[in-house]
Amino acid sequence: MTALTLTRPGGDDARLRPLPWRRMAGVTWRQHRIALAGVAVLLSALAAYLWIAGLPLHHAYDAAVACHPASSAACQGLDSALDGMDNFLSNGFLLQVLPVVIGAFVGAPVLARELETGTFRFAWTQGFGRWRWALAKLVLLAVVVTAAAGAFGALLTWYYQPFLSDQSYLGLPKTTPFAPALFDLRGVGFPAWTLAAFAIAALAGMLIRRVVPAIATALVVYAGLAVATGGFLRARYLAPLLTANFSNVPGNAWIVSQWWIKDGRVAFGDYPPASILNQFCPAPPAGKGGPSEGWGPCLVQHGYTMVTSYQPTSRFWTFQWIEGGWLLALSALLIGATIWLVQRRAA
Amino acid sequence: MNVVEASGLGKRYGRTWALRECTLEIPAGRVAALVGPNGAGKTTLLNLAVGLTAPSAGAVAVLGGRRAGSPAALDGIAFVAQDTPLYKNLSVADMISVTRSLNRRFDQPYARARLEELGIAPKRKAGKLSGGQQAQLALTLALARRPWLLVLDEPVAALDPVARHDFMATVLAAASADGVSVLLSSHVLTELERVAGYLVLMSRGRVQLAGEVDNLLAAHGQASLEELALHYLRETTPEVTR
Repeated sequence: MTALTLTRPGGDDARLRPLPWRRMAGVTWRQHRIALAGVAVLLSALAAYLWIAGLPLHHAYDAAVACHPASSAACQGLDSALDGMDNFLSNGFLLQVLPVVIGAFVGAPVLARELETGTFRFAWTQGFGRWRWALAKLVLLAVVVTAAAGAFGALLTWYYQPFLSDQSYLGLPKTTPFAPALFDLRGVGFPAWTLAAFAIAALAGMLIRRVVPAIATALVVYAGLAVATGGFLRARYLAPLLTANFSNVPGNAWIVSQWWIKDGRVAFGDYPPASILNQFCPAPPAGKGGPSEGWGPCLVQHGYTMVTSYQPTSRFWTFQWIEGGWLLALSALLIGATIWLVQRRAA
Repeated sequence: MNVVEASGLGKRYGRTWALRECTLEIPAGRVAALVGPNGAGKTTLLNLAVGLTAPSAGAVAVLGGRRAGSPAALDGIAFVAQDTPLYKNLSVADMISVTRSLNRRFDQPYARARLEELGIAPKRKAGKLSGGQQAQLALTLALARRPWLLVLDEPVAALDPVARHDFMATVLAAASADGVSVLLSSHVLTELERVAGYLVLMSRGRVQLAGEVDNLLAAHGQASLEELALHYLRETTPEVTR
């Protein structure tokens, strides 16, 4: 062992250059490689499946779109070839859990495991420094999971594209790109939600100090946020367009709401009250209603007009960036709060 | 130089004071022992000294006037917490690599040689080692940082007698050969008899007595550290005498 001198302990704080950030790359990798490998395996398996299912789908779709004239027998045949090319992932519901699964399983243990096992007393007394350790780890892991989700999101954007065509003659189920189960899987939505899930889980881990309850809490908070966003917030990013002529609404626009007016005043919402139906249309033809079917045409004759508020498909990317933007800001805020808690938490 | 200087230092958790009005100066170049019953405030004082906890009252400086928890303080102090927490799923080699990355100085040849001496293979998972080996690994990682001050919280409480002896031998070798100052807490008095040059006696959140062991023994007319500590703790802790 070499002898040590006691005369120069460390030097002044001001002269002491902080350790380089890159040192945390190896530390983070060693501690989180199992979780990251799990994410890689999960995303690779799903990507392989979507690629294998997506290639014939896109070939058939491209052939059907390129076919002219659309009414010819040959084109009808190409359309019907698309029937049944959807699968259990096509409606997007199952993949909705993916961002929170990735985010929670990588994010929750970052601090919760240290606090649960007591290793924070090792990590926070090393020369690297406590808040820098937390910042490096959280930012590095956030970037890695967001990048992985971004790559997977690009594949999802490609895979779902045939389902979102406004060419309604295609045999595929026709869907608006704003559909709650699809909007956040495509574009910047998927990586942004994954990042938000990671940040929520990291903060939950810091507050709860146990891995499993932190994961459970992150799932609940994430689900609440996703439902509130899909059901309420997203429709309000920009004021919806209004039209009194339903045939003006493009095929795959997002219908936000519909109501009926008469003499410039709102008469009723989706469905007429019994008093109005009895008065004007006692025996309406069958149909679910609307300006051209069921009780609709009858009420139109009596001076009622249906108003539709909708978000046109041209706003898709604007909405994507708005959602990505606020999710990024929220994630940065949550990660900042987590680091602040790490620095001020008493052992 | 004093490795720890506390003035009016206090720490409150909720409404209870874990440590109160603690003023003391622990000189460098010694093995200083923090002695007292469970709940005396030893761990709280050590956590304050290594910067894991912020004081509720007063101040604590380390390594000759550096703020506890500041970069220079973290740089010069190696801490082995109670039950020697290690990343159980990492291998010994990974623990070395992680500790090396997180510190300015790290004597890798020393760490490798010491672990080989102890028969701890680098490939083994830290969590699979025996309690004594985990303690030795934690101590080796701490000493490889080449600290000026080594802080040990109840280092031998969970170890069997042989592991205790080996552990304390390593600590003593570092203290005598390399001049590392050591601050350790223990409620096992017999282990400290041979090693401690400076004593801090604590009970019920207060420092009851502090000073050079030889001076304290002479002043209080006691033959051994154990007698001195017991005598003093009986006097100051009503619960014990009742």
